[in-house]
Amino acid sequence: MPFRLLKFALSKDHPEPRMFRQPDRLKSSYDAVIIGGGGHGLAAAYYLARDHDMKNIAVLEKGYIGGGNTGRNTTIIRSNYLTPEGVKFYDESVRLWQDLSQDFDLNLFYSNRGHFTLAHTDASLRTMRWRAEVNKHFGIDSELVDPAEVQKACPMMDMTCGGHAPILGALYHAPGSIARHDAVAWGYGRGADLRGVEIHQQTEVLGIQIESDRVTGIETSHGTISTPRVLCAVAGSTPRILDLVGLRSPIYIHPLQAMVSEPMKPWLDPIIVSGSLHVYVSQTARGELVMGASLDPYELHSTRSTLDFAEGLAAHMLELFPFLSHVKVVRQWAGMADMTPDFAPIMGKTSIEGFYLDSGWGTWGFKATPVCGKTMAYTVAHDRNHDLIEDFSLSRFENYELVGEKGAASVGH
Amino acid sequence: MNQRRLPPISGEWIDRSRPIQFTFEGTRFTGYAGDTIASALWASGQQILGRSFKYHRPRGILSLANHDVNSLMQSGQRLNVRADVTPLDDGMTLSAINTFGGVMGDRASAIELFSPFLPVGFYYKAFNSKRLFPMWERLIRNLTGLGQVDFSTPHIRTAKRYDFCDLLVVGAGVSGLSAALSVADLGADVVIVDENAKAGGSGHYQLGNEPFRVEKTNELLNAIENHPKIRLYTQTQASGYYADGWIPLLDHDRLTKMRAKAVIAANGAYEQPAVFRNNDLPGVILSSAVQRLIYRYAVKPMNRAVVLVANADGYRTVLDLISNGVTIAAVVDLRDSLNSDVARSLDQQNIPIFLGYCVYEARANPGRDGISAAVICPIDANGNPQTGFKQTIACDGIVMSVGWAPAANLLYQAGTKMRFDKGLQQFVPDQLPSGVFACGRVNGVFEFEQKLIDGRRSGLEAAAYLGLGERIQVTISPERESPSHPWAIVEHPKGKNFVDFDEDLQYKDFPNAVQEGFDNIELLKRYTTVGMGASQGKHSNMNALRILARITGKTPGEVGTTTSRPFFHPVPLSHLAGRGFTPERRTPLHSRHAALNAKFMLAGIWKRPEYYAQLGKTRDECIALEAQAVRHQVGIIDVGTLGKFEIRGADAAEFLERVYAGRYRNMKVGTTRYALMLDETGVTIDDGIIARLGAEQFYFTTTTSGATPIYRELSRLNTMWQLDCGIVNLTGARSAINLAGRYARDVLSKLTDLDLSSVAFPYLAVREARIQGISVVLMRVGFVGEWGYEIHVAAEYASALWDLLLKAGLEYDIRPFGVEAQRLLRLEKGHLIIGQDTDGLTTPLEAGLKWAVKMDKPFFIGQRSLQVLAKRPIKQTLIGFMLDPNFQGTPPQECHLMIARDQIVGRVTSVAFSPSLSRHIGLAYMRPELAEIGDPISIRLSDGTIVSAIITSTPFYDPDQLRQREDVTQREEVTV
Repeated sequence: MPFRLLKFALSKDHPEPRMFRQPDRLKSSYDAVIIGGGGHGLAAAYYLARDHDMKNIAVLEKGYIGGGNTGRNTTIIRSNYLTPEGVKFYDESVRLWQDLSQDFDLNLFYSNRGHFTLAHTDASLRTMRWRAEVNKHFGIDSELVDPAEVQKACPMMDMTCGGHAPILGALYHAPGSIARHDAVAWGYGRGADLRGVEIHQQTEVLGIQIESDRVTGIETSHGTISTPRVLCAVAGSTPRILDLVGLRSPIYIHPLQAMVSEPMKPWLDPIIVSGSLHVYVSQTARGELVMGASLDPYELHSTRSTLDFAEGLAAHMLELFPFLSHVKVVRQWAGMADMTPDFAPIMGKTSIEGFYLDSGWGTWGFKATPVCGKTMAYTVAHDRNHDLIEDFSLSRFENYELVGEKGAASVGH
Repeated sequence: MNQRRLPPISGEWIDRSRPIQFTFEGTRFTGYAGDTIASALWASGQQILGRSFKYHRPRGILSLANHDVNSLMQSGQRLNVRADVTPLDDGMTLSAINTFGGVMGDRASAIELFSPFLPVGFYYKAFNSKRLFPMWERLIRNLTGLGQVDFSTPHIRTAKRYDFCDLLVVGAGVSGLSAALSVADLGADVVIVDENAKAGGSGHYQLGNEPFRVEKTNELLNAIENHPKIRLYTQTQASGYYADGWIPLLDHDRLTKMRAKAVIAANGAYEQPAVFRNNDLPGVILSSAVQRLIYRYAVKPMNRAVVLVANADGYRTVLDLISNGVTIAAVVDLRDSLNSDVARSLDQQNIPIFLGYCVYEARANPGRDGISAAVICPIDANGNPQTGFKQTIACDGIVMSVGWAPAANLLYQAGTKMRFDKGLQQFVPDQLPSGVFACGRVNGVFEFEQKLIDGRRSGLEAAAYLGLGERIQVTISPERESPSHPWAIVEHPKGKNFVDFDEDLQYKDFPNAVQEGFDNIELLKRYTTVGMGASQGKHSNMNALRILARITGKTPGEVGTTTSRPFFHPVPLSHLAGRGFTPERRTPLHSRHAALNAKFMLAGIWKRPEYYAQLGKTRDECIALEAQAVRHQVGIIDVGTLGKFEIRGADAAEFLERVYAGRYRNMKVGTTRYALMLDETGVTIDDGIIARLGAEQFYFTTTTSGATPIYRELSRLNTMWQLDCGIVNLTGARSAINLAGRYARDVLSKLTDLDLSSVAFPYLAVREARIQGISVVLMRVGFVGEWGYEIHVAAEYASALWDLLLKAGLEYDIRPFGVEAQRLLRLEKGHLIIGQDTDGLTTPLEAGLKWAVKMDKPFFIGQRSLQVLAKRPIKQTLIGFMLDPNFQGTPPQECHLMIARDQIVGRVTSVAFSPSLSRHIGLAYMRPELAEIGDPISIRLSDGTIVSAIITSTPFYDPDQLRQREDVTQREEVTV
């Protein structure tokens, strides 16, 4: 039993302070305002306060912290992307992840499980070799493995997938991990709060004031505040905020659904992803299987669930793991993914001075939480794009400078 | 062992003539058909049915209503079987899940000793050392989890069914039955579903000694069973509500997907536990569960009961207990006055009634499998226990009847706005979505007669919505007393007063979580995990919400509820998956390929011959032989998976001009042209051949994988542009065979009268002809680099044509070839494959396809982007390369990288050993500045080895197209 827990037995009261205070009202002005109290927004606030000595900051959250895609994703963390830009960026993120539980003094259950992306066709095998080679070039632990190694890591899996989609190999990424997603928001929230950042929940942004292409303030459901810097980190609500400032983006919103089973005794160690079968699955520390598939094929600004998603995912799960026939699904849910044409994010400065974007996170935003916070904090503090996000600017779409992550991220979360 | 079975009770569900033997935890038990596992065990005196999730405390029956997740069992390959509702089956071998050493002596119950160290969210507060976490994690993973997966479980394929109705009524209790009847009488098709084994709901067990409830319920059931417009399905759950009345109905055998024009939610309510110390011990039971035990299974729940009440239901339960031989040790009423005639009459019968009292704690019996006493004490106006006035009352059971929470899951999922009714102390529907109605307890109506009326009211409203009958005003009398108490929660310094039985959450966990800042219902849920267990908060969410409301000084309505999501109860993967159709497409020639020993591969969802296996030869040898047959004799390949389309109309040429990058308006009838398709950003997305068959008629192909998405996109564009043309997708209707090689013409000429001379049918021409009476479209193409014909034919004639060609080719040693040989042959010819030699960002400028793009057209998709891109340097360019002819080592593979000065400068997209050239050749993308023909390049293999190659011009084979010239094809050899 860790000593940390001793105090709870020895104390009559619950010896824990608030993780984040609840400020009474908004101040009239802040040095920077972050719209969106998800993992990304709170991480940016945390690093602004910790690394850039900016403490007069407000985070505005329409609902409750971590209630958007931070709390709706399937918590997979990896860095085996396809493009050099992506690989370097996500690798930095994974490095940050590994120390977060200690940095926060809050256990995020960052669990290193290993990540297999299965190949059922020679075309996917080719793409995986591409990813593996680019990854290795940048020092990332990533390799193409043969079916025997897949079988060794997951002996109970049906390697033929019911006989019609035999597994020809896999991209294996040893650092692939999962984490307790809500706690990430809490950890960053607590860390930011400790350093003086104000977190305002149930505070909606209604307007953004701009004078001669420069941000001057924000109108909220709890009054107007003045600020020279606004960071927008609102995932599926990005188009709505961009409308407020009159910026156009190629972001389109698709629902991304997931579901979770009843708990069972642990049997699945690695994270298994099959692009062809549209399945990704891992088993949590509670014993639940967290399962996801690909995006809904149409645009929709809603988090409703659909039955055909659950049916399709269940069918594919049983192709890989027929012995799960009796396992029951407890719950399904959905998030709104802000997709971009090249499956890479839109980050950094915009044509409006003082308005910064952290968006276009589609289906891959959770794993990038720490590095987004860090690089966006730098960008806001210095009014200069951090090197790692230089390639992700909004202007790339006008300039035909797309990133080309499409091949790697299309299904593999 | 049947010591608790009561004498036969009218309407009981058990069949005493059919005893059932089963074992639980190695001990043999007997029950009856009609019993659930839990009722049979309880009847036999087995009170510990399972262990709790965290502390492994003994647990028994709580609800008997499909949310007793502390009595989950393993039954052979089935895991997490809910003992409270699962029918007993002969020979069942059951064990409790997640115990260490059995349910009676679970060693993990020692964890409870550490409970002071395990505050709410303790796992966030410790074990976070980077070094030690993996060790802790292993320990935690082994302690958690519920049932065990048996890896030998087969893939169970269940059927699915679609169904339709005018009205779906969810819940066959009295209000639902009344609603169904009133609508069916007006002529609507009505379906009623209920998850219980029998219909009738609480009309059959919440009796309070009043038999008229049973009689009236049975009257309704009789009317329904004989009603031609009503179908009643029991043991069927409505698992969720999806948009537009789309409701999955789950029964033992299958999932039925119901599309209902209107839905009435008559789901009822979940009885809620009171919160006091040891409220989880076996023997502390909800009053509705007690009544179910008695009237459904004829089981005496206990001998001597303390009944904690705060509503009329509780007093009725007291009457039911008395009339079935249970001694009432005390009635403990949280309220301070006698509210009903029943209560007053009990008082007169000298049943001890304690008004304004609570149960402060339950005491465990010496065997720790039940209770020995209830400790009660008065409560003050704020609900705080006055512990100075404690009394201990001996009993072996405590019955809780303190309140309800609406089973409003489907209503929430449908988008209903609920409001908190202070009088009822319950959330009730405020604004219902169109076509959705509610009645009965879920609507806040509890009294028997009122439920009948409310059912009829909702039925008539639904009928009016369906266009049947008139909407009439019906008045529902308000409840005489509140069905739910606002605060049936008692604090205790020693805790173990459970709020969430799934997750072992005690009262103090909630104020502690709020103290840590989780003071919003959604955050509270995520931090404490309340409601996240297998019962999804059916008996815990309401109490959690009340606690949060009290701490934050809000009303429950202001606190609000968490989002309700499917499923209502957990649904097995087997039922969701159904039979698991896996779409697979076979070409019309599939059986021919199979007969020729084809080794099939997946191309999208198509099965295509990768190569044709030959006895004693390796895969590579077979492929090489196939390729050589094409180069030296003649080969035949099934290319029927290509997308095949016809477009007709005055604007057909205009349409093609817009969607493809080349020029087609000026094509002569009888000619073909390469067609390249771009997206709006100028990226190459598909290619094919366009053939002009008439002035206003074109036939064209797409790639195999492009067939579906391209057709979808073309249809969209055609709708948008409103041009005078129509597109027909012939992909499935037509087959296509490619005949290629030196003797292709000789083979074909044996079968057709068409003039095949170069003059009459030149390279890249198209002809409509007959082959032995079969109508075909012939295109002279050269994808594999030989004299060849792509023959398009109606799918039903494909195998006849294939047979004819093979037979005619016999004398020329014709050989079928597969995808691999074709890939090799086209590579020798330097032809790229979209998707393999291009990626998601490749422009025609980079892929060497500039010649296929006519920038001077007025418009085509991608043109504007290309105009921008054309002014910039390209980032990569497609090159050919060759290895040294004497290369002996491991050859590079596709997607190996080119490295220069430790930088990635390129990537191999295709590579193969060319038998014709006797060396490895390939295509690759290179940085343009490093892409001079003749330059050396370094390719890095997976193991880090560097292989050198030379950049070469393409085509590698027959660069001067001599193979398409009549005079040359007759020559024996071609220089390369």
